[in-house]
Amino acid sequence: MIDTNVNMHQWPFRRLAAGDPADLVGQLRKKGVTQAWTGSLDGLLDRDITAVNARLAADCRRHGPEFLLPFGSINPMLPDWEGDLRRCREQHRMPGIRLHPNYHGYKLNHPAFPLLLRNAADSNLLVQLVFCMEDERTQHPLVRVPNVDLAPLPGVLRDTPNLRLMLLNWKNVLIGEEGRFLARTNRVSFDFAMLEGVGGVERLRKSVPIERIVFGSHFPLFYFDSALLKVKESALEGPDKEAVLDGNAHRLLGGSHDL
Amino acid sequence: MMFLQWDLVPMINRRSFLTKCGASYTAQMLVADAVAADSASAPIWDLHCHLSGFDGNTPEEKMAQMILSADRLGIDRLCTFMGYPHLENPTPDQLRAQNNQVLAAIKGWPTRAFGFVYLNPKYLKASLDELNRCVRDGPMVGMKLWIAVRANAPELDPIIERAAALQAVIFQHTWFKTGGNMPGESSPSDLVELARRHPSVPMICGHTGGNWELGIRAIRTVRTLYADIAGSDPTAGFVEMAVRELGAERVIYGSDVGGRSFASQLGKVKGANIDNSSRALILSGNLRRLLLPILNAKGVRA
Repeated sequence: MIDTNVNMHQWPFRRLAAGDPADLVGQLRKKGVTQAWTGSLDGLLDRDITAVNARLAADCRRHGPEFLLPFGSINPMLPDWEGDLRRCREQHRMPGIRLHPNYHGYKLNHPAFPLLLRNAADSNLLVQLVFCMEDERTQHPLVRVPNVDLAPLPGVLRDTPNLRLMLLNWKNVLIGEEGRFLARTNRVSFDFAMLEGVGGVERLRKSVPIERIVFGSHFPLFYFDSALLKVKESALEGPDKEAVLDGNAHRLLGGSHDL
Repeated sequence: MMFLQWDLVPMINRRSFLTKCGASYTAQMLVADAVAADSASAPIWDLHCHLSGFDGNTPEEKMAQMILSADRLGIDRLCTFMGYPHLENPTPDQLRAQNNQVLAAIKGWPTRAFGFVYLNPKYLKASLDELNRCVRDGPMVGMKLWIAVRANAPELDPIIERAAALQAVIFQHTWFKTGGNMPGESSPSDLVELARRHPSVPMICGHTGGNWELGIRAIRTVRTLYADIAGSDPTAGFVEMAVRELGAERVIYGSDVGGRSFASQLGKVKGANIDNSSRALILSGNLRRLLLPILNAKGVRA
């Protein structure tokens, strides 16, 4: 089972039970996870992203070689973000990057965003775009971060034909013309950590082909079991279940990070 | 009616069963893990279910869908309240219509689905009449207050007294929303005021305020208040803090389906780092204990 939505390091607002990398690996393995695509929570607010990504890469190597796959944070509002992107690929050998436009203070119609996506695509990096980290109603009152407005995304995708994109922690976005485009295009994959409603995965597959639905838990901010039980609630079985839990994510990386 | 007997599954030799099924290593691991988790689980009673969000054109059809989904996760009993669509400030006629939907939904499932009557304290007489119609004279076993009037309002007092006399379980929606609640929306602190005016009456703090770190703090000194864990993101740490501060005997599993999923909310309990006796209390023991007097009075086996 590949978990495509795992977090490491310090969440600013709460001590996490699996905040320590060794604990994180132990708990994920106990749940049956064989590979975890991991970003750093330090990347949300820390402006020394270069050091954040170096720590992420080092901790993944040290605590979970071939198990933790690091997804570096890139903040295109920082000077020389291109240098961070280059280091992610060339120095840390990361398979992808994780973007938090809302925490980094830019809209998807900012000129830097398509540039970043083009550079990532040209570097063969998978891009994970995080819609939100938590319910807006439960955020710390001094740090209120709106969900990402995805409206400009279809246009950006049309201009970046070689991009592989994942949406993490999305909710209520597959509506309207933009939503229909995201559901239709074969270059966007979806996790279901924040998908709600009974049988959510079952309903999701009515608008998104099963090949583009991947397991993501948002662990350790969320209970891992919540995502796992969604698979059971949606009665996924056989090849569909295996695709969602493993095969689709494996294919997204082009098999380049086999265990 | 189908109950999944997960407690029987570990008796099967899992490895040989899965091998014969031709399951992959990944699938074997997943199923083995899920089975292992379920083998230690207690019966599951869901405190907080709604008909809205389920497919179907009638209450009966929606309830059938709810049961189908509950079966997949081994959920045994379902407390259901409010009709569809959700009405924030229902008139007396609308209250009756909403409660009639729930009565219709639970009719075919007398030992599986329990109804709570939806009330609006702005209409005191109508609310008391609905309590009599649906609980005293009908099959319902609890009452639900939503966002028409804040819980600290004196209009609630006669309703609480009547509900307590009927042994009905009392459920009040609460939130501590970042950015502020709606005008009639209660916070856990509002409910604390109500609970202190009725010190012998147990009440359930719906959602534990959503912002659970605040909600748990708000209710922790009032031992008649119970924490409903339903209807918020499955944020890790919720159940652990509730058990630490309230004691496991004051924490109750609920989902808030169909707006939420059984899965995301059940994962809060299944994934919590607590002992299995606490887990059993949260999954069913506490709710069963609260409901037992009225269920016994109505002759419902539980």
